[in-house]
Amino acid sequence: MSRSLKKGPYIHYKLERKVLANIESGKKTVIKTWSRASMISPDFVGQTIAVHNGNKFIPVYITENMVGHKLGEFAPTRIFRGHAGKKNKGKK
Amino acid sequence: MARIAGVDVPNKRGEIALTYIYGIGRSTAQKILTEAGIDWNKKTSEWTDKELTTVRTIIADNYKVEGELRSEVQMNIKRLQDIGAYRGIRHRLGLPVRGQTTKNNARTRKGRKKTVANKKKATK
Repeated sequence: MSRSLKKGPYIHYKLERKVLANIESGKKTVIKTWSRASMISPDFVGQTIAVHNGNKFIPVYITENMVGHKLGEFAPTRIFRGHAGKKNKGKK
Repeated sequence: MARIAGVDVPNKRGEIALTYIYGIGRSTAQKILTEAGIDWNKKTSEWTDKELTTVRTIIADNYKVEGELRSEVQMNIKRLQDIGAYRGIRHRLGLPVRGQTTKNNARTRKGRKKTVANKKKATK
């Protein structure tokens, strides 16, 4: 079920404010956020946003292709370390 | 046998025969035949050359089928993988993409069962 167009995309207002401030001053400071549900708007392109994954902040550099996705998609919340007893673990 | 969009379409009812083309299902097939003014139940061998060409042009003009469609799907998957999105990672790992459970089943994505030797039965 997609979101009503009337409402527009969801972006946490404080996050949006920080991004716009960043653009205005021409700075590229890393913005920390817990708002994983926020949609990436075209304004975000070129910014680095540290998205919380429940444990720490994962820096995400926003590229053009990511517009329309949500921030949480780029900060995985689970780490799979391989099954027990499996030889030569493909750790990455 | 009629040849449409680079595929041999078998001699069946038009509505069914068109679904042999990748990217055309029952509903699309019915729409095409209605637009071309052909009875859904008419077998492809009974189509006149003119009917065949109208169907061909309708498909060529309005629908993305076969190779073009396949490459589009591949491009979409590639995009998800390149931007490092969760869905892209799932595609890379060959696991279900849309949040299904993987404790059991999920065999369509994971392939045939790989038996693990000496796997302990769950105790607890």
